Amino acid sequence: MAIEAQAPPPSATGPAVWLRKHFFATWYDTVFSLVFAVLIYLALKAFIGWAFVDAIWRVENKDLCTHDAGACWAVIESRGRLILFGLYPYEEQWRSTLACLAVIITIALSCLPSFWSIRRLPILWIAGFATFVLLMRGGFAGLELVTSEQWGGLSLTIFIFSAVFVIGMPLAVLFALARRSSLPVIAKSFGFFIDIVRSLPLLALLFAAAVVVPLLVPDWLQGNKLMRVVIAFAIFFAAYQAEIIRAGLQSISQGQEEAVAALGMPYWSLVIDILLPQAFRNTLPSTINQAVITFKETSIVTIIGFFEVMASGNAAIGSGEWGNQYVEVYVFLALIYFVFVFGLSRYGAWLETRMRLGHA
Amino acid sequence: MSQLFSSQKFRRTALQGGFILGVVALIVSTVLVGKSNIADQGMATGFGFLEQTTGWPVNFSIIEVTGRSTYALVLWAGLLNTMLVGFLTLIFATILGLVLALMRVSSNTLIKLVGASYVEVFRNVPVILQVFFWYAILTHLPSPKQAYSLGESFYLSNRGIMMPAPALSGGDVLWLTASVILAVIFLLLTRKHLQSGPRWAIAAGAIFIVFCILLLTGREPDSALISVPQLKGLRFVGGITLKPEFTALLVGLTLFGASYIGEIIRGGLLSVDRGKLEAGRALGFSTLQINRLIRIPLAFRAMLPSLTNQYIWLMKGTTVGIAVGYPDYFAIVSTSINQSGQTMELLALLMGGFILINYSIGFLMNLLNERIKLKGRN
Repeated sequence: MAIEAQAPPPSATGPAVWLRKHFFATWYDTVFSLVFAVLIYLALKAFIGWAFVDAIWRVENKDLCTHDAGACWAVIESRGRLILFGLYPYEEQWRSTLACLAVIITIALSCLPSFWSIRRLPILWIAGFATFVLLMRGGFAGLELVTSEQWGGLSLTIFIFSAVFVIGMPLAVLFALARRSSLPVIAKSFGFFIDIVRSLPLLALLFAAAVVVPLLVPDWLQGNKLMRVVIAFAIFFAAYQAEIIRAGLQSISQGQEEAVAALGMPYWSLVIDILLPQAFRNTLPSTINQAVITFKETSIVTIIGFFEVMASGNAAIGSGEWGNQYVEVYVFLALIYFVFVFGLSRYGAWLETRMRLGHA
Repeated sequence: MSQLFSSQKFRRTALQGGFILGVVALIVSTVLVGKSNIADQGMATGFGFLEQTTGWPVNFSIIEVTGRSTYALVLWAGLLNTMLVGFLTLIFATILGLVLALMRVSSNTLIKLVGASYVEVFRNVPVILQVFFWYAILTHLPSPKQAYSLGESFYLSNRGIMMPAPALSGGDVLWLTASVILAVIFLLLTRKHLQSGPRWAIAAGAIFIVFCILLLTGREPDSALISVPQLKGLRFVGGITLKPEFTALLVGLTLFGASYIGEIIRGGLLSVDRGKLEAGRALGFSTLQINRLIRIPLAFRAMLPSLTNQYIWLMKGTTVGIAVGYPDYFAIVSTSINQSGQTMELLALLMGGFILINYSIGFLMNLLNERIKLKGRN
C-alpha cells in the first residue's frame, strides 16, 4: 500500500500567523485576549485622562483642583523642593543637587566594565561619597556650613544609600573572609553573628542603634543619631552581602588557592588579586539586586524620625493646604524610586544575560 | 623563642585567643557602661515589669487587651498581631503570586504583558510607600454615615471595611479549632490507608459539619446565623470590621510580596528541563497531566529555598506596620520601651520573638523540603 505524497505544512510567517499564535491560539486565548484588551484600554484611558488630559499643572490654577478633576500636579510645583531637599537652606539647594549628581555619576560609572577593578572601584566610590559629603556639608571655601540635621529629602536618601554602600562593602568582605577563615573560633563566631543579624528585621536594628546604643557605649563614642543608624544599616547590608560574596568565593576552585600557596604569594595578595575579583564577578547580579533592595529599604528610616524623601513626601501632604493631593504625592515618590530601582534592576538583568553568554 | 612565634600552631592559637579576649572585653565593657547608665537614670532591671499593668490601650488585637493588662499579655497580643497579618500575607501573596507566574509563562502575549507590568510596578516601589498609599486611600473614604455600600452588607468607610461574618462565639471558635486539629490528625493517620481524594473529602466534610452544628445550635432562637453590619448612630454594629491600619498593611504587603513570589514561582517553572516536558508529551500526557505530574512537582522543588527566604522576609516586613499605627510586635515593644524604660529586656524579647518566628518558618519549610526532595539518590 503506497502512501500518498502530501503537501508540506504551510510555512508559518506573516502578521496574521503571528497574531494567531500570540493572541488567538485557542478559543480561551481569544476570550482572554479580548477581555484583557478591553480592561487595558479602560485602565489606560482612565489613567491618561487623570494624569495628563484633566490634570492641573500650575499653582495659579489650584482652585480648579476638585474631587472630579484630574491629577493636581500643582502640589509638586508647590512642594517639590520640600520633597527633594527637605529643610536644606533654600539658597544652598544647588549644592544638594550637585551632590546628588556626583553620587548618580558614581553609580553610572561603576556600571561600566572598564571600572571593574578591585583598586578602581573603591577609589571611585570613596571619591564620589567624599564629594557628596563635602558639598552637602560645606563650611569651606565660602560655602555655608549645613550640618546633617538640616539634610533631608531625596539627598538624605542618597546619602544613606551611598554611606551604607561605602561602609558596608568592606565590612561584607571582612565578614565573608572571617566566616571562611580556617580558624574555627573566628569562623563560628562570625557565622553566628551573620545569622543573627539576618534573622532580625532591619527596623529593629536601626531602632536599637538610634535608641539603645546611647545607653550602652560611653558618650565620646556615640556620634550623632544619623551616624549610628547608618552604621547599623551598613552592618545589616554587610551581613547579606557577605553571604553573596561567600557564595562567590565558594565557586572558585580550590586549585587556585593551592597554586597561590605553591607560588608563595602572601594571604592579602591571594585575597585582593585572586579571590575577590572573581568572587565579585561571579556574583554581580546578586550584588546589584542587593543594592536595589538597600535603596528601597532606605525608606524605612522615616519610621525612626529621619526626614528622607518618604518622610518629606508625607510632610508635603501633612499640611492642610495640600492634604487631598496624597495620591499625586505618593505617585511622584513612587516614580522617583521607580526610576532608580527599575534602572538598576534592568542593568542587573542585562548583565546576567551577558554573563550567561560568557562575556563578562 | 623565635621558633615559637614562627610556629603556625602557636600563631593560630594566639590569634583566636586574642579574638575571644577582644569579644569578651567588648561585652563586659558594654554591660558595665550600660549598667552605670541605667543606674544613673534610676531604672530597674530584670523581667519583673512583665507582671505590671501597662496603662495604655492597644487599638487592634485578637485577644482581649485593655490598659489594665500586664506587659506580658500585651506583648503576646503584639506577637499574635504580627503572626496574624504575616500568615494572611503569606497565603494571599502566594495565591496572587501563583496567578502572576502563570500569567507570565502563558503563551498569550497580552496576558504576559499584564503580568510583567504588575511585577515591575509593585516590585520597584518600597513597601512602606505602598502601605502609606493604601492607608491614605482607606482613611480618606467617607465617614460611616455616608459609607459606600455594596449590596447592603459590605460597607467601605474611613473607620474600616465592614463585612458580614458568621455569628460565632468564643466557645464556638474553640470547637472549630479543635475539629480542624482532629481533621489534620486524621489526615496524618490515614496517609497510608486511604487515597488522597476521599481522605481530604472526609476531613473537609467533617469540619463543615462541625461548623454547621455550631451555627445552628446553642444560640438564641431568633438571632441570625450570619451577623451583618448595620449603621447604629455614628458607627457600625455587627459583622466584622477590618480596620484601615490592618487592611493597609495586609494589602500593601500582599501586593508587594506577590510580585516577588510570582517571580520565584516563574523561575521555578522555567527551571524545569524542556526535555522532561517533551517526554511527557511523547508519552501522550495531556497538558493538565504534564503540569500536574511533571512540571509543578519539579518546579516546586527548585523554588522552595527562595520561597522560604521570601516568606521570612515578608514576616520581617510586617514591622513597617508601625508607620500606619498597626500594633504589631515591634510597635508594641517600641511603645513598651518608651513607657517602661526596660530597654535591654524588651530588646531581648524583640529579637527572641523574631528569631522564634523566622526559625519556625525555616523549620516548617525544611520539613516540606525533606518530604519532596529526590528520594534514593543524593
